[in-house]
Amino acid sequence: MSDTVAITLNINGEDHRVSVEARRTLADTIREDCGKTGTHIGCEHGVCGSCTVIIDGEPMRSCLMFAVQADGRKIRTVEGLAKGDELHPLQRAFIDNHGLQCGFCTPGFLMLATAVLEKEPDIADGDLLDALSSNLCRCTGYQNIIKAVRQAAIEMRGPRK
Amino acid sequence: MTDHFAGAKTYPVPPTTEERTILGKRAVRLEDPPLVTGRGRYAGDINFPRQLHMRMVRSSLAHGVIKSIDVAEALKLPGVVAIWTNDDINELGPVDFRADRGAEILKPYRQPVLAKGRVRYVGDPIAAVFAEDPYVAEDAAELVEVEIDELPVVVDSWATPGEFEPGRSTEGALLKHSFGDIEAAFKKAHVIVELDLFTGRHSGVPMETRGALGYYDSAKDILELHGAAKVPHRNRETLVKMLGRAPKGLHVHESHVGGGFGIRGELYPEDVLVLVAAMRLGRPIKWIEDRREHLMCANQGREQRHKVRIAADKDGKLLGIDDEIFHDQGAYVRTHGANVANRTMCMMTGGYDIPAYRAVCHYRLTNKTPCATYRAPGRYESTFVRERLMDALADKMGIDRIELRRRNLIGKSQMPYLIEFEEQGVEELLYDSGDYELLLDKGLKAFRWDERKVEIAARRAKGEAVGLGIAIFVEESGRGPSDGAKMSVDATGDMELITGGASLGQGFETSMAQIAAEALGVDYQRITVVHGQTDRIAQGIGAHAARATVLTGGAVNETALKLRAKALEFGSELLQLPVGDLDIVNGVIVKKGAPAGGPSLSLADLAKKLTPGAKLLNGRDPHLAVEAWFNTDHTVFPYGIHFAQVRVDKQTGQTVCESFLIAYDIGRAVNPMLVEGQLVGGAVQGLGGALFEEFAYSETGEPLAVTMVDYLLPTLGEVPKIDVLITEDAPSPMNPLGIKGAGEGGINGVGGAIASAIDDAIGKPGAVVQLPVTPQRMKALLA
Repeated sequence: MSDTVAITLNINGEDHRVSVEARRTLADTIREDCGKTGTHIGCEHGVCGSCTVIIDGEPMRSCLMFAVQADGRKIRTVEGLAKGDELHPLQRAFIDNHGLQCGFCTPGFLMLATAVLEKEPDIADGDLLDALSSNLCRCTGYQNIIKAVRQAAIEMRGPRK
Repeated sequence: MTDHFAGAKTYPVPPTTEERTILGKRAVRLEDPPLVTGRGRYAGDINFPRQLHMRMVRSSLAHGVIKSIDVAEALKLPGVVAIWTNDDINELGPVDFRADRGAEILKPYRQPVLAKGRVRYVGDPIAAVFAEDPYVAEDAAELVEVEIDELPVVVDSWATPGEFEPGRSTEGALLKHSFGDIEAAFKKAHVIVELDLFTGRHSGVPMETRGALGYYDSAKDILELHGAAKVPHRNRETLVKMLGRAPKGLHVHESHVGGGFGIRGELYPEDVLVLVAAMRLGRPIKWIEDRREHLMCANQGREQRHKVRIAADKDGKLLGIDDEIFHDQGAYVRTHGANVANRTMCMMTGGYDIPAYRAVCHYRLTNKTPCATYRAPGRYESTFVRERLMDALADKMGIDRIELRRRNLIGKSQMPYLIEFEEQGVEELLYDSGDYELLLDKGLKAFRWDERKVEIAARRAKGEAVGLGIAIFVEESGRGPSDGAKMSVDATGDMELITGGASLGQGFETSMAQIAAEALGVDYQRITVVHGQTDRIAQGIGAHAARATVLTGGAVNETALKLRAKALEFGSELLQLPVGDLDIVNGVIVKKGAPAGGPSLSLADLAKKLTPGAKLLNGRDPHLAVEAWFNTDHTVFPYGIHFAQVRVDKQTGQTVCESFLIAYDIGRAVNPMLVEGQLVGGAVQGLGGALFEEFAYSETGEPLAVTMVDYLLPTLGEVPKIDVLITEDAPSPMNPLGIKGAGEGGINGVGGAIASAIDDAIGKPGAVVQLPVTPQRMKALLA
């Protein structure tokens, strides 16, 4: 059981060379082996979405993947969203709109929304709500999360040409 | 005012938000920057060098006698350090009560830290594995062999009681609350309505599961519990007693907490174990619960059956409510004793003027997960019952639902309104302030009740099943007796405010900083608010029962005012101006009304001058630092009304909540943005309990909801736009800021309002007798 596999996880542009058991989840590896504890584990079976990270541009549940499956792939976590001291528009919008209370689900929502809006900046509102309904929040009742994401979406689209 | 306030300290009506600088404003939260950047520090994010990981071995049967526990195979696994059963910790008593300490007769039902001879629910901890790695600990737990002789289970609280242990019934107590002559009330009644009602088993289900770390500092002989929440100081008291340690040798530390809702942060067996193991094994111990464990082991609540009747005269004036309650406590009595059952009974009459009342509660143990407080404990339940009664009575008498309620609301002129119970030791309720009818009028208007009735009639004509519902309730918050705070200004002008409060995500730091900033006259963003650290302040009430803002807020206000007085006293001497001429604006002492550039002294400069030994002190204490207390004997009573519109799909049995309004009088809001956040979030949890969430059990006591696929939290897809109407018509006279709590007003009436709306939608008054109204139950109602 102690057989390990050497892998490289590229997280927020930085390579992490780690040695893990084949059964080790990506979420545990990101948190414990790479020290990025902003990715949270809420249910361990892919329902709550707190562990959502972006892998090669797609939002993924890191609790449902083994670390070895992410070997060599480009992973983005909440720690990589801000540029230095400058917050990402979604991060600012969550603060401005009181889109978080306990903050536990927040990194998952931020990464989900980032991936969705990057892929489809002009996403229809109904589709946006549909995408956001895949993550769970127990504090906010979602209203302010929707407000925040809508506000950030406008900002991320930038001025119309 | 009547003389009900005789002897109590009351306060004048506080200033309105418009007259304030920062208190009452929609200030952005101080908490947010680390949380949106991944720098939060929740229990799982804390690590100590050389820590061991704990994993519990839990019962897979609901009731039985433990014949044997074989740990031999598990111990052989490399990396396993120790495995404990009750034999290893038999000197430890059960987890003690925190609240309701008077509940002597319930003491035999407390939960041992590890099962002692018997298991009583699926999930009951039997053994604890300590290993170098959490994966290994889990492997080892799988290898522990437990042999159990099954015993008959009690699943329903209303079934014939069984045996908790030889000679001890599963009816732990028969509790009673009453006032007035109930027999006479029913004898002279014009109308009597009887209902048999059920509230389902729900829980808070915070997004972060429980977690605890035990660390023993042998150099200082201090045992530390990390990952604590809600009531760190109270838990420390209990732990000190249970572990037989001197208070100075045990400290509790709160970090970020991923949601509380009443259930997180109570003392559980695992918290005790990590501490004992940290000392005995000489290494830090980390325990992080998995979601399946959480859904089987963390406190649940709400499950009650009410056989209830209501009496009214020919005009619909209420004469009495008579209730027989079967309260499902689950397998053990946890830290709250009988509090939830008692809160259910004492808040049953709500905002109505009722001359006679009797509630008898069978407080019963069952072979299910133990229960305790979940957000608005006893109130979500009692509001559902009371408002079901009002709807049923209105229907039976042919009186409009709103009109019947209006006729029975406690009037503004009746405030303060006293409810005294006959039973000895049962605390009276003194509703401090309220204008219930005014809120009803405002709520009906904001919800467009009359217009909606017209719109709905048109939709019904087209075959849709749409309806409106209402629930009126009284909440309680800010229970005393007292809390303290410390505040200081450093040489840079930054401030530290130390409280014994706790933060569960509700914006505690921001609200406390706003209160302090307003009182002192500084920028709230320069205040660091400390909470949940027992080594920083000796006393603390934590965050429970919507108490933090009122009580700790009261202490913070007193503290900041005292600091202001100290600053002005020295400012007066240094600026050579009378105290009465001075003000503090944005951290600078200035002459009132003076133009910019006039005499001034910043708090930072003053702090620099007040060093020990400074001549200026002239015998007074150094530093710009103070400590103060707020004392109150009284609870405050906010109140609210929930309005719902639902649509029922008769084909699928699905109920869709189309719109929802929370009308709520908060007295004075510290931060309306945070209040709205609390109310909306609470309402969505309440919607879960009304329509989706249920901890169901099989006939053998097997839990049927142990994943988030079975226990259905509302997602964004099920939530309508929720509107909030916050009013400030009845500030509390019991505290200087006039504030009342907000934590539970969002959830309280949701079950009642949704049931009311469903009845209306399907045209069957009184149809809903059980929460949650799942599609299966709805199909049965429609059949």
